[in-house]
Amino acid sequence: MLILRCPYCGNDVDETDLAPGGEAHIRRHGPGSTDAELTDYLFQRENPRGVHFERWRHAAGCGKWFHAARATDTLQVFGTYSAQTTEPPQEIRDAITKARPGWSWREFS
Amino acid sequence: MSDAVSALGGVSFDGIARIEECGLQGMITLRGDLSDQALAAAVTRATGQKKLPEANRARVAGESGVCWMSPDELLLLVPYEEVGGRLEALVAALKDSHALAVNVSDARAVFRVTGDAAREVLAKLAPVDLSRDAFQPGRFRRTRLAQVPAAFWMEEDESFRIVCFRSVADYVFKLLKVAAQPGSKVGVL
Amino acid sequence: MSTRLPSHGRLIDRSAQVTFTFNGATMRGYAGDTLASALLANDRMMVGRSFKYHRPRGVVASGAEEPNALVGLGQGNRFEPNQRATTTELFDGLTAVSQNHWPSLDFDIGAVNTALARFLPAGFYYKMFIHPQPFWKHVYEPFIRKSAGLGRAPDSEARDADTYEHFHVQTDILVIGGGVAGLLAARNAALSGARVLLIEQTAHWGGRAPVDGGTVDGAPVDKFVEQIVSELETMANVTMRLRCMGAGVYDHGYALGYERLTDHDPDAPGPRHRLWRIRARRIVTATGAIERPLSFAGNDVPGVMLAGAMRDYVVNWGVAPGRRVVVATNNDDAYRTAITLKQAGVDVVRVLDARAAGGGALMEEARSLGIRVDPGRAIAKVSGGKRVKKVAICNQDGIGGAREDLSCDAVAMSGGWSPVVHLWSHCGGKLAWDEDRAHFRPDPDRPPLGADGRGFVVTAGAASGALALDAVLDDAAAAGKAAAKAAGHSPRRGKTPRGETTPEAAMEPVWLMPARADTPLRMKSWLDFQNDVKVSDVQLAAREGYESVEHTKRYTTLGMATDQGKLSNINGLAILADALEAEIPKVGTTTFRPPYTPISMGAIAGEARGEVFQPIRRTPMHDWHERNGADWEPVGHWRRPFTYLRPGETVHDAVNREVKNTRENLGLLDASTLGKLVVKGPDAGRFLDMMYTNMMSTLKVGKCRYGLMCSENGFLIDDGVVARIDEDTWLCHTTTGGAEHIHAHMEEWLQTEWWDWKVHVANLTEQYAQVAVVGPNARKVLETLGGMDLSKEALAFMEWKDGRIGEFDARVYRISFSGELSYEIAVPASKGQAFWDALIEAGRAFGVMPYGTECLHILRAEKGFIMIGDETDGTVIPQDLGLSWAISKKKEDFLGKRAQQRSHMTDPNRWKLVGLETVDGSVLPDGAYAVGEGVNANGQRNTVGRVTSTYHSANLGRGIAMGLVLNGPDRMGEVLEFPGTDGTVFKAKIVDPVVYDKDGEKQNV
Repeated sequence: MLILRCPYCGNDVDETDLAPGGEAHIRRHGPGSTDAELTDYLFQRENPRGVHFERWRHAAGCGKWFHAARATDTLQVFGTYSAQTTEPPQEIRDAITKARPGWSWREFS
Repeated sequence: MSDAVSALGGVSFDGIARIEECGLQGMITLRGDLSDQALAAAVTRATGQKKLPEANRARVAGESGVCWMSPDELLLLVPYEEVGGRLEALVAALKDSHALAVNVSDARAVFRVTGDAAREVLAKLAPVDLSRDAFQPGRFRRTRLAQVPAAFWMEEDESFRIVCFRSVADYVFKLLKVAAQPGSKVGVL
Repeated sequence: MSTRLPSHGRLIDRSAQVTFTFNGATMRGYAGDTLASALLANDRMMVGRSFKYHRPRGVVASGAEEPNALVGLGQGNRFEPNQRATTTELFDGLTAVSQNHWPSLDFDIGAVNTALARFLPAGFYYKMFIHPQPFWKHVYEPFIRKSAGLGRAPDSEARDADTYEHFHVQTDILVIGGGVAGLLAARNAALSGARVLLIEQTAHWGGRAPVDGGTVDGAPVDKFVEQIVSELETMANVTMRLRCMGAGVYDHGYALGYERLTDHDPDAPGPRHRLWRIRARRIVTATGAIERPLSFAGNDVPGVMLAGAMRDYVVNWGVAPGRRVVVATNNDDAYRTAITLKQAGVDVVRVLDARAAGGGALMEEARSLGIRVDPGRAIAKVSGGKRVKKVAICNQDGIGGAREDLSCDAVAMSGGWSPVVHLWSHCGGKLAWDEDRAHFRPDPDRPPLGADGRGFVVTAGAASGALALDAVLDDAAAAGKAAAKAAGHSPRRGKTPRGETTPEAAMEPVWLMPARADTPLRMKSWLDFQNDVKVSDVQLAAREGYESVEHTKRYTTLGMATDQGKLSNINGLAILADALEAEIPKVGTTTFRPPYTPISMGAIAGEARGEVFQPIRRTPMHDWHERNGADWEPVGHWRRPFTYLRPGETVHDAVNREVKNTRENLGLLDASTLGKLVVKGPDAGRFLDMMYTNMMSTLKVGKCRYGLMCSENGFLIDDGVVARIDEDTWLCHTTTGGAEHIHAHMEEWLQTEWWDWKVHVANLTEQYAQVAVVGPNARKVLETLGGMDLSKEALAFMEWKDGRIGEFDARVYRISFSGELSYEIAVPASKGQAFWDALIEAGRAFGVMPYGTECLHILRAEKGFIMIGDETDGTVIPQDLGLSWAISKKKEDFLGKRAQQRSHMTDPNRWKLVGLETVDGSVLPDGAYAVGEGVNANGQRNTVGRVTSTYHSANLGRGIAMGLVLNGPDRMGEVLEFPGTDGTVFKAKIVDPVVYDKDGEKQNV
């Protein structure tokens, strides 16, 4: 059972107080988008063994969504950060690089 | 004139801790920019608390106070009879701010847990570190009690006040009774 | 025979006699006994029968690893099967029964299986129960079901009489295991100031060190245990719990402790078990080691016991498992048993040491006591049915030609010791093969990893593979410090207590005794005592191509019994490795999964049983409904009245009465459960335009609009009436089930996509009690109560207004889900019951009746209104339901708009909503499919539609239904066939979904 630190209230929270929200940093494609873009947006997801970026909600707590960067194979948590961003912040990327040099995930590395 | 009634009419139970339903408590949910001076001033006028609480803290004196719910939400406590007037004043004071203030007094039930084993009663139901090192008077936490969302804070006398939704008041009271059953003291917190 | 000794017994209190029963026979033991030690003291060696062959089984171990001594404990509401006698503390009045035999333990019909053993080889079930297929239902399945399971399940009417609970606790260091290693590791960790929680599964500290002997800093080891326990007890940062087993280790330092509070004292108040849900920064597993049996023919005969266990029974409980004992070993430790037995006055007939050169100093000590030691010798075969009678001995390096028979009544065996690696392995810790000791031990370089990417489990003592006392203490001292350091504390420097014990000569692995035992011997050499898996079974599996240890496990059932192979796994995989001619570490182990030993279902459930099994949400009027005949329907966690039963009424009658009365007079519905979300801010209109398919920003203050919500996939997820409260505030009603997740849905979009939009949302669902006042007399009853003007002119259809009704502050929405004149009135929840009472009182003059959810459904179905969850199932878009009018054409965007443009969504052949009218007036079965021309690829008839809602309409006197039908709206009047499940076929005509008051005259008054 994971523990993640909610960056909004600062509590280290048991997984049972959290709700998972799937892959992070997905760009919305609305009217005007192509079928391929829509398919990517709605259905195509990363399934990495290793570094992954996810969305979580502190559902039974302060109610805020946040992002988490973690490793799916070891469950190492590289950090959690604001939901109000479209890409992982530099300090999170640095933390990942420190643990996993040469990592990459989608367009990020 | 019919009287307003709390969810369980003030039931209580004595086990390793005392469990009481507190009766009606005026409550206002306030969402807005907590760094806004106008908001802070309005909250002070509504609750008598001079400062807003820091994150994960409650500043409560009797039936009045302020609890930190999230970075953009406070729970204001006011006497039940006064909630209408206080809310009106609050809304008026915040008319130029982007804020939402609503009366939630009737949407909630409030319990008090007192006694030496109060920490342990809560620790049986909530995934929270309730040790003396971690949880002290003034500390406020939103979490769940078994299967329902709840929030609680610790008072100066190390008793707890718990807020949950009104519809599950009966469930929460029964949960607390099970957790406080005689003979169930853990003896570690 | 096994007897109580006049001496020894460090854990029993001979002044406190305890009475218990076994299979109805009254027996006596002492306080401090386990059930196993007390049974042995009463010469009850055989305590059960094995799973497959029903062979007699005796106590083989003294702790959690016991595979045989499983009993049913307690009676009635406290009966529990498969409880280990070795970990059951004796108390006065305990009742135990043995298992897996009929008619009695001593005479068992099923034992015939043992004669048929050669016809019941590994994989028997897979080979036998294949053909012919019809045999499955009537022959094979009943046979397997009857023979499956070991203990008797509790009576189906029994209800567990005890209570259970969970307890959440956080600590810096969790130490699992209270032997000398755990105690020392805990102390060293605690000296750093770290918070330490130390748990031990048995009822006493010190583990097996006091049995094994040795000294610490020159004093006997039990003195050391005493001292360190009292030292730990004085430390404020240390919590110690006995009878609390480390059950499992999980991600990020989560661990479960299983505390048995009253199993040894059933009359004590409080919960029976407590499941500790522990969060630890670091975990020290000081879980000791388990002795391995030796694989020789007849090693399952009652009286054959692990050497260490036999020593435990003598030292701890003053019980000699036999009068004449043969010891077989491949290591020095078993000599301690021989010496202990001899010193206790038991005749040690012979020590058979499989090592050609024999042992070291301990062997010499045994010899000096007059014990005969035969090096290079082995057991060829143990004879005896229900009790060991004699042992045939042979050379270890041979095929088992017997040289001599030794008469004896017990055999102590030792195949070496394996660290308990379970908890290390639960969360991914890896193992290394230790060639010298022939066991797997934790590989400290590959620990389970925590959130910080570093190892969060450290092993201490024998659990690390350090078996001798000096090594145990050194390892544990370092482990305690390492854990404290890793948890962010500074361990104190200090002297490590020096352990001293007789040095041991090297052990030699013995996987089969004798080494080249012939087939008849291998067919009697047991690996898994509980599941009856023999050396020959594993060898057969290997011959039949099972190379993976995981496959072999499942094929042979090795290690799949309730003991999870604690004794059998290493021996089994060594046999497999040998058969595959592979190295043992290459074959590897099966996966270790929690819990370490079985834990009670009650402990897992915790408080969640009976009244608090799950939350029941109650509206403010719940008690009134209960008192007035409510037949409850669960709606999410809410309970809503399905109907209100009057004395003598059937549900059908009650529903019909409510339906007619609401249409003719006046009905009241408790609608408090409907979601009520307030949405406010300068961008609220823009936001709601994204949330709903229709335009909400243009709604005028004081007006209401019915809205639809879709997911980004385009599918309909919720609906409800939205009211505009003021310039920047809207109130959105959701379905009963939707309040929480639509609130969450709105927050998600606001927080994660449009975080710069100025909108706040609050869930006010429970702030209000809401009552639907419905029917021709609705306005009249409200006018009787007095207060605000509710005339057609003052409050038109789809308008809302704040005001007073009678003495109540109320918000009134003139909306209708029934087609009747209808007001939905919200009052503060704390006055909900009073308001309801007032309506009932005033309504008497107008024929008032409360109505339930079934009546609500029928009224809406008569009007062709859809219901989320009936007409929708996550694959339905609004366009399917004739709701295109509620989809804005003007808006550039809303959630789901783009997805609804996909080719499959615009396909003209999507099934569409229609009304269905049975030809004979009957009620269509819910969910029935309409069949069309032709068959599909599987030869099944093609389907052309299905029923989504179906009821009997009392107003129309016939069945009414709605359904989704291929090209439905274009086929009005056509008759479809709906086959039922019983062979009948229902015929229904496609009609307009609105079957009552098509022009809406009734609500427009």
